[in-house]
Amino acid sequence: MFVFSSKDLLQLNLTRMSAEEEYPDLSQHNNHMAKFLTLDMYKELRGRATSSGFTLEGLIQTGVDNPGHPFIMTVGCVAGDEETYEVFKELLDPVIEDRHGGYKPSDKHKTDLNPANLKGGDDLDPNYVLSSRVRTGRSIRGFCLPPHCSRGERRAVEKLSIEALDSLSGDLKGKYYALKNMTDAEQQQLIDDHFLFDKPVSPLLLASGMARDWPDARGIWHNDNKTFLVWVNEEDHLRVISMQKGGNMKEVFNRFCTGLTKIETLFKDRGHAFMWNEHLGYVLTCPSNLGTGLRAGVHVKLPNMSKHAKFEEVLKRLRLQKRGTGGVDTAAVGGVFDISNADRLGFSEVELVQMVVDGVRLLVDMEKKLEKGQSIDDLMPAQK
Amino acid sequence: MPFGNTHNNFKLNYKVEEEFPDLSKHNNHMAKVLTKEIYGKLRDKQTPSGYTLDDVIQTGVDNPGHPFIMTVGCVAGDEESYEVFKDLLDPVISDRHGGYKATDKHKTDLNFENLKGGDDLDPNYVLSSRVRTGRSIKGFTLPPHNSRGERRLIEKLSVEAMHSPGWRVQGKVLPLKSMTDAEQEQLIADHFLFDKPVSPLLTCAGMARDWPDARGIWHNDNKTFLVWVNEEDHLRVISMQKGGNMREVFRRFCTGLQRIEEIFKKHNHGFMWNEHLGYILTCPSNLGTGLRGGVHVKLPKLSTHPKFEEILTRLRLQKRGTGGVDTASVGGVFDISNADRLGSSEVYQVQLVVDGVKLMVEMEKKLEKGEAIDSMIPAQK
Repeated sequence: MFVFSSKDLLQLNLTRMSAEEEYPDLSQHNNHMAKFLTLDMYKELRGRATSSGFTLEGLIQTGVDNPGHPFIMTVGCVAGDEETYEVFKELLDPVIEDRHGGYKPSDKHKTDLNPANLKGGDDLDPNYVLSSRVRTGRSIRGFCLPPHCSRGERRAVEKLSIEALDSLSGDLKGKYYALKNMTDAEQQQLIDDHFLFDKPVSPLLLASGMARDWPDARGIWHNDNKTFLVWVNEEDHLRVISMQKGGNMKEVFNRFCTGLTKIETLFKDRGHAFMWNEHLGYVLTCPSNLGTGLRAGVHVKLPNMSKHAKFEEVLKRLRLQKRGTGGVDTAAVGGVFDISNADRLGFSEVELVQMVVDGVRLLVDMEKKLEKGQSIDDLMPAQK
Repeated sequence: MPFGNTHNNFKLNYKVEEEFPDLSKHNNHMAKVLTKEIYGKLRDKQTPSGYTLDDVIQTGVDNPGHPFIMTVGCVAGDEESYEVFKDLLDPVISDRHGGYKATDKHKTDLNFENLKGGDDLDPNYVLSSRVRTGRSIKGFTLPPHNSRGERRLIEKLSVEAMHSPGWRVQGKVLPLKSMTDAEQEQLIADHFLFDKPVSPLLTCAGMARDWPDARGIWHNDNKTFLVWVNEEDHLRVISMQKGGNMREVFRRFCTGLQRIEEIFKKHNHGFMWNEHLGYILTCPSNLGTGLRGGVHVKLPKLSTHPKFEEILTRLRLQKRGTGGVDTASVGGVFDISNADRLGSSEVYQVQLVVDGVKLMVEMEKKLEKGEAIDSMIPAQK
């Protein structure tokens, strides 16, 4: 960590005048950062930088530029490197605690990527559960994160990723498609497969600098079976996704864990571990994705259940959240919802997927009851 | 800028080839000029306020090219940028400003009395007249790079200037962040309101940070003189009115500008200016006068004449749609303005507009009568 003298501050962007004069106007703001960044905290933190030069201004810019989201409480800050979470802990610890259900600075996070520990999950009714998916993110130690990395770093991450992924075999064997070299045909295929990611348009992401130099060193890798997918240099260094039609979440999670573990070994063989520590678990760009970074979900038909007065309550008790089938901020179409785990930090991967498996099974049972005109009162779960 | 380039030295761990941007699909002035050699030479440099080469070029890397216009692809973060990064910016300036050389001197002339005529453009054709320019306040960094504190101080100084005794013009100050809905509606109806930039050319350069903090609009009660604070430049100054009396528009423009400059100077903050580049602005395309003097003029016949583009080129004028740059013309009405900014004075550029528009209106009238305009085609100015 650096602590800058006032002379150095003149050189450092954006902190040239007194703290009072520089302190952002957060009066219209509703995000986690705005809740905690007081003037006193600003005074203390603005003179610091991580070893790679990431400063408070880099951390909070997205939250200053985006006062609030109508539907979801946004985080309003991002990390520029692994050290960010240490150097700016006075701000990030309360943000993390607020975002992750009271997770304390002294808490330990448990990682469990052993798919054998998942009970059941291979028999969700495919008449209701249309597809199953698990995603997470990973950061490569030794490189800065997407808001802050240089082109050279991003390209190095891409190069390492291609090397590692190219050595996968069996049902994980696949191909890398660099965004900048993609042919029209390849692009169309990836769109049809729902695999393609595009340049971010969300101001939440743009304001943090993640879209710089697009599409340089961004790409998509997927296996030949199209059930395992890796995004390189989008919102995190890597996003890893396992997915398939139907309700066999166990198989999806198996492949997810196997693939991830293999990739981690391949990176370690090349001298690069994933960013991880026993307090925050996997370290990712957005504080909301710390811990497991895992979102496991299904597209499930719940036309009756979703109109039930207790739907929201049931989801809450099951520690699940709903989204439309276009992802976050979309509406449900035809009674089909995206149901996934709400938590990321403080629970292991197995525990979170278990919640999805058990919770979705229950929701489908409730749906079937409601179809028959029966009550679901005796099925109401306790708070998990 | 807060992201990516805060600590430039860290990137020097990577070789030039590893950091050099991929400009293979790019079509902007920066991409034409920036070689690996220049990148290698400049990448470890910083201005005194910490602005780096990657900061200068980020907007051009992120925006490969514009279908209709050759964009500049680089911006200044402070006055010193034009010096520290001259190996890149001098060729860009030369390319953009018609061969302007590193040794050339720019002439400033804001004496409106030097304009000949301009008060009699036919209002049946010339619907409105407008002159705008930008100004940067010395001692502050520019919109791609400035801090909230700097921006707020510029706003404070601007508001003081508009309210000072020397300013004797009644007007209203409207900060964007406290604007009421009614005020906003009125400003939109007047065509005065500027909104948060959506163009990626601007947002990628970091100019929209902290919006709408310290951004605002001042206009006189007559609504003929308007100042934008902290949009793409520290100040944008606009004089406008309906009809074809460009002379009066320019008189008000010059008088207002000079009064503002006096007041800022009293606070020890003059405008950024030097004898080579004239007025220093954020975008290299606006150096020199930063002036765009133009009219909305009805040219339904002339605009469909095969020699229209040629005539404009010879008159050193450019056309836009009436929504501004990148819009289409509606009903044969065009926005016609000077193409040049650097290497000629304000008076000279407005004279080109006045004389050129007068000629084009005469051509339009001829074409209406079914007569030829061949004898009127001008020589290259």
